[in-house]
This record gives sequence, structure tokens and C-alpha cells, in this order.
Amino acid sequence: MIHSTVSRRELLKRLGMAGAVTLGLPGFDRVLAFQRDLVRAGAAPAGVLAAPEAATLAALCSRIIPSDENGPGAAEAQASVYIDRSLGGWLAPSRDAYAAGLAEVDAAARARGGKRFVDLAPAEQDAVLAAIEDTPFFGMLRTHTIQGTFCDPVYGGNAGFVGWDLVGYPGVRLNVTVADQRMGAPVKPVRRSAYDYAMFAAGAH
Amino acid sequence: MPINLKPTDVVIVGMGAAGGVAALPLAQAGVKVIGLEAGTWLTTRDFAPDELRNNYRAWPHSVQKANREVPTHRPNASAPYSPRPAFHPMMNGVGGTTLHYWAQSWRLSPWDFKVVSETTRRYGASRIPAGSTVEDWPFGIEEIERYYDIVEHELGVSGKAGNIDGKIDRRGNIFEAARRREYPMPPLRWTDWHEKMAAAARKLGWNPFPGPAAINSRSYDSRPGCAYHGFCARGGCHVNAKGSTAVTTIPKAQKTGNLDIVTEAHVTQVNIDGNGRVTGVTYLKGTEEYFQPASVVLLGMYTYENVRTLLLSKSKAFPNGLANNRGQVGRHYMTHATGGGVQALFTENLNNWYGLPAQGVAVDEFAADNFDHSSVDFIGGGNLFVYSDRRPIGAASMNTFGKAPQWGSAWKAFVKQNADRWHGAYMQKTTLPYEDNYLDLDPTVKDPLGFPVCRITADFKDNERKAATYAADKMEQWYRAAGATDIVRNPLGTMGPSTHAYGGTRMGDNPASNVVNRWGITHEVPNLGILGASVMGTSGSHNPTLTVQALAWRTAEYLVKNWAVVSR
Repeated sequence: MIHSTVSRRELLKRLGMAGAVTLGLPGFDRVLAFQRDLVRAGAAPAGVLAAPEAATLAALCSRIIPSDENGPGAAEAQASVYIDRSLGGWLAPSRDAYAAGLAEVDAAARARGGKRFVDLAPAEQDAVLAAIEDTPFFGMLRTHTIQGTFCDPVYGGNAGFVGWDLVGYPGVRLNVTVADQRMGAPVKPVRRSAYDYAMFAAGAH
Repeated sequence: MPINLKPTDVVIVGMGAAGGVAALPLAQAGVKVIGLEAGTWLTTRDFAPDELRNNYRAWPHSVQKANREVPTHRPNASAPYSPRPAFHPMMNGVGGTTLHYWAQSWRLSPWDFKVVSETTRRYGASRIPAGSTVEDWPFGIEEIERYYDIVEHELGVSGKAGNIDGKIDRRGNIFEAARRREYPMPPLRWTDWHEKMAAAARKLGWNPFPGPAAINSRSYDSRPGCAYHGFCARGGCHVNAKGSTAVTTIPKAQKTGNLDIVTEAHVTQVNIDGNGRVTGVTYLKGTEEYFQPASVVLLGMYTYENVRTLLLSKSKAFPNGLANNRGQVGRHYMTHATGGGVQALFTENLNNWYGLPAQGVAVDEFAADNFDHSSVDFIGGGNLFVYSDRRPIGAASMNTFGKAPQWGSAWKAFVKQNADRWHGAYMQKTTLPYEDNYLDLDPTVKDPLGFPVCRITADFKDNERKAATYAADKMEQWYRAAGATDIVRNPLGTMGPSTHAYGGTRMGDNPASNVVNRWGITHEVPNLGILGASVMGTSGSHNPTLTVQALAWRTAEYLVKNWAVVSR
């Protein structure tokens, strides 16, 4: 005799519910969003932020990783494009936090200089940022700005490989030689997305 | 009623590190095996070298039952819950976490099997920490040396032996127990960075050696050697040089015709008859429910899921969960103390952009009982390991060693200069089991099916904290000897969900304090076996997987040799 603690009807009922509940899980949502990201990769960028929000975001990213004597920064890498695009996919759970955070930044800018954040001088922008650098929003923004500056370009950031050049990453190689791992012997950078290699290209499998 | 399937000899729940190994000796002996796997097969495209996806977006993006069952954690029974991670530390898929693990394939130290008797003999019984439930394993390392050897050759492990039949070779781990022969492949190559760290260790009088890895250092078993491309950590191998069970033991078992794998099978309970024997397992696939009858059931899931499935499988004979009439399921839980890391800053680029975390230099002087503990106030220790592994997002997210702000031009200048000049050591330290570190079912948090998730109640104790500090001191000394200018030490943290989770179905001869016997079969249910680190009674100070695999092979071999008795 088989002992079953849960009836089949009950399990199937739960399973039916599971479909709905599962869709509500952030983890599962993000998996679906990732699939959309990949489909979108290579197509026209499609952000979700309103134009003023996107402008504030771009200005913020540019102060976190500025363009300066050490070369291009988050602006050239299009880190804010990465964030905007991801907010429609993998980072969708953070969409509301961005809306609130960007609004607070503009409010702080107005309080400080009577202007929107984008219209402040860089030193004033830095003062606004310094005032929020210990907040969860800033922590999230910094993390995503780094991701957008140094990620594989398939995601819309690291445009022109400026992030990889900044830290000296010699790029994605599928086979690395002894010489490629030597100290003090710089390796010629490879400027390819992982997905430019045929074995990983969309539709390869 | 569920759809009744044709009976099989053995059903293995989980086709990962453990189940994927156990299937082979069974199938080769003619035993019919059904392997149930919650995930799917992955393909080459899933193995793209993409740091954002692999390391920051919870790869792989296929069916991940585990992510719906992330355990909860609280440091002790009266402490508030820790924040619950969004994702499970392990993954589902044919091959399980061997698809994306670091593949460090260590044998344990001899002391790890005899903590109680050896500690008592050398230092006195008072040195066993108060509240610890540690026992000697039911056998010494000599008993499983043969199985270590088998799985090293089946999976393909690269390394350098330090002790073959008692003959010590300083090119390998001089502290290891005697092994019968050399590793099947030479170690993964060393770079200038590794040579620099090895030279520093020798200067200190230590014996550095290459760590063992289930990764081909040259072509082996029709699979090519490692490509060192730098995406091994939490990534699949695009050339199949990593010896995951998905490309080694599982395909070999399938070739016998005796292993059938069902993917996307979500096992909900182990079924039992009126005589206290298991009859098979119930699982969901799609919207259907199935019952797979089997003469023998082997649970080969991760520690949390092995324990949870037993606790969820309640019956008249086992009202508190299967094989739990003595209340031992979930007890003796441990995780490796891998927190408390040490990071170092150097004055030159290390060129760590390529390679893999298993490509590195180990020091074992301070692990287990490899040094005299007379003058310290703890037992056990830690293995020190430095390696090659760096990708751009991780590099830019580096610790700034108190030398730069967290953003702006000064940060950017610091990162531009130092992104390739830092390193973080991997140190695995002994953890012992304690009476108040355990797993059970969460009273409120449930998975989408309505079943409680696993709850972890555990924290590191004094002995673990002292061993961790000692290991960190030695690591700092090593980095400084190699020319590091700055050091940062991270806190040890607590014992939440971990990739190195042990115990919960401990192995031992005494049924009052152990769930499975010395062969991995439960004391209370004669045809139910458990595979995985949940059977391990000590953590050791090295990665668990090879030991898990050696034990899985041994349990399967026992079943084959005693088939008539176990399956009757």
C-alpha cells in the first residue's frame, strides 16, 4: 500500500496555483526578463525611463565614473543605456526604486541650486551625490553603473569597449595561451562580445 | 491517483555531483536506474563567457527548482532571520552544480575522519569544543582511498601527488594520506603569478603545491584540455574540459542502456509501504503527477533538499519525516567557514585576467591537524589557496583598501591603476557540528507548491572563529612575503545558505546519532540511501565534492554487491 500524505487533487490544485504564484516570484520573473533581454540584444535599444529620468540617470552615471584625464567613463560606455534597457528586463524589480531615487536626486538638486540635476555644474552634482552616497539607492546605482561600464557590450553598455580598456581587460578569448597569462607582457586586446563567437551566437542552439 | 510508471531497480533523485556518479557503477552492473533531475540538459550556448550573466544574474537561466526553495536562516533559535538570498547557492541541471563549480577536487585530511579519537590522543578529550556533536567517521581515510582513486580517474582529476604509498614528494601535498598512484593528469599550469606566490611560501618554509582539479590539464578520456579562458567560476565549460558528471559518468552510464534520465522532474515525496520500506518516489512534471516505483531509492540532492524531502515525507511509520524516528534528520549541520577572506594589494599587474579558480597554489601547513595544536586554543585549521580568476566587473568592484573614495575621478584613477593588482585568497576552515546548529522545516515560508522550505539555524562558534583568525593571519603573512603593500581582512559572517553545506543525514554506526549507516543506507529504512555532503560528519578544510563522489560510488558499489539483501 502506498502512503501519500497529500492527495493528487490537492497537489494538482497547488500546482495550478504554482503557475500563478511562480510568475510572481522575482527569480522566475527575472529569468523571463533575461530571455527578453537576449531577444532584444542587437535590436534597437528600448529603455523604459521617461526622457527626463534618462537624462538624470546619464548625468549621475557620468559623475560616478567621469570622463576625465584617465579616459572615457560611464558616458562613453553608455552605462545609463544599459541600466535603462535592463529596467525593462532583468532589473525590472528595481524600476520603482529608480523612479523614486531619480526624483529625489532632482529634488535635492533643486533645493541646492534651483536647477535639475543635469543642469548643475559638475562640482554641484558631486555635492548632491556626496549627500546620498550612503543610501541604498546610491549603492544600487553604483553597482549598476559599474555593470554597465564593464559588461559584455551585448547588454548595451561598455560601448566601444571603453570599460574593458579602462581596467586593461584584454577581452574574451576562447583559448588562452601560456603567453596570455604572463606577467609584465601586455596582451593585445580582443574586441569581441562573447556572442560574436559563432558557438554562442543567438540561434546557435 | 498519479500516473503509475513501470517499476525500476533504483531511482536516483538528482543527477548532479553525487547521483550522476552513483548511476555509473549501478548501470555498469546491469541495475536499471531512473535518474530524476529537476533541471534540464544545458547546451554550449548556455556556456557563453558572459560575466554579467554568469556571475551577477544567477546563471543558468533554465528550470531552477532550487530558486523556489531557498532556505531561510537565523543564527540561533532566538535570533531574527537573516535576509533571505534571492537565489539558491546551487543549481539544477543534468550534471548539477558540477557544471559551474570551481572543480577543486580534494581528498580530505586523515584527521577529518578521526577528529574525536585523534584530538583526544594528542591533546586530551577536553580539547573537543563544548556543545560539539562531532564523532569519528565510521572508518578512516584508508577505507575510501580506493574510491577517491576511482572517481579521480572516472572524472579526470589533474594534480600532483604528495604521498604515493608513503613516499613523500614535495611537489605535491606532503600532508595528504597515502594514495595508491599518481593523479591521472599533471596539474593545471602555473603562471608567473603562481610562481611568485609559491616562491614566497617557500621563503616562509612552507610547501606550496598545485591544487587538484576535476579539469583536464591535457586531453583525457576524449575530452580536450582546459582553455584557461577565465569564465570557469559559475560558468559552464565550452570545451568540456571540466569533468562535470554531465560529460563524464552520466553519458557513460547512459551508454550501458541502464540509465534513463527524466528532466524537469520535481520530486515531492518518497513513498513508503506498511512495512517501513520505500516503494518509490512521487514527482511532478509539467502538470502531471507520476509515481515511479523502485526497489531502492537514492536521494542525491543537495544537503538542504535531501533533509527537506525526508522531513516532508511523513507517514504513519515515520510521523516526523522519513528515517527520522530518532530525530536525527537535520542535525549536525555545518558549512565551511569560507568567509573571513583576506585581500591583498600589490605594486605590479598580476595578469590574472585569464585562468580559472582551480588553477592555483595551495598551502596545507595550517589545515586539519597538520600542525601542533598544543599552543593554540582551537582544533582544526584552514587550507590556503591563491588562484587566477578576474573579470572586468568584478575587478572594477574591487576593495579600495582605504586608499580611494567609492566613486568619481579619484576612484576611477585608483581602479585604472589597481584593477589587476589585487587578489583575494580562498581559505576553507574546519567547521564542527554542534547541538544547536541544525536544519528543519520553516514554520511559515513555503515554496510555490505550499511545502515549507528548509530552515537553517546555525552560526560559527568560538572554535571556528579562532581557526579562521589563525588561517587569516597565515594568509596575511604569505601575501606580505610576496610583496603585498596593503591587506584587508573580511569578517567571517554567519552560516546561511552555502555551496559547502554538510550534515543533516550524518553517516555513522550508531543509529541514535546518525541517519545513514557506514554504507550510506538509512538505519531506519533498509532500501533508502542518501548521497551527498549531507552524510558527512565533518567538514574538513578542503572542498567536499570529491569526497561526496567517492562516497556515492562506494554506496552504489555496496548496492551492487548486496543487491539481493537491500532490494528484496
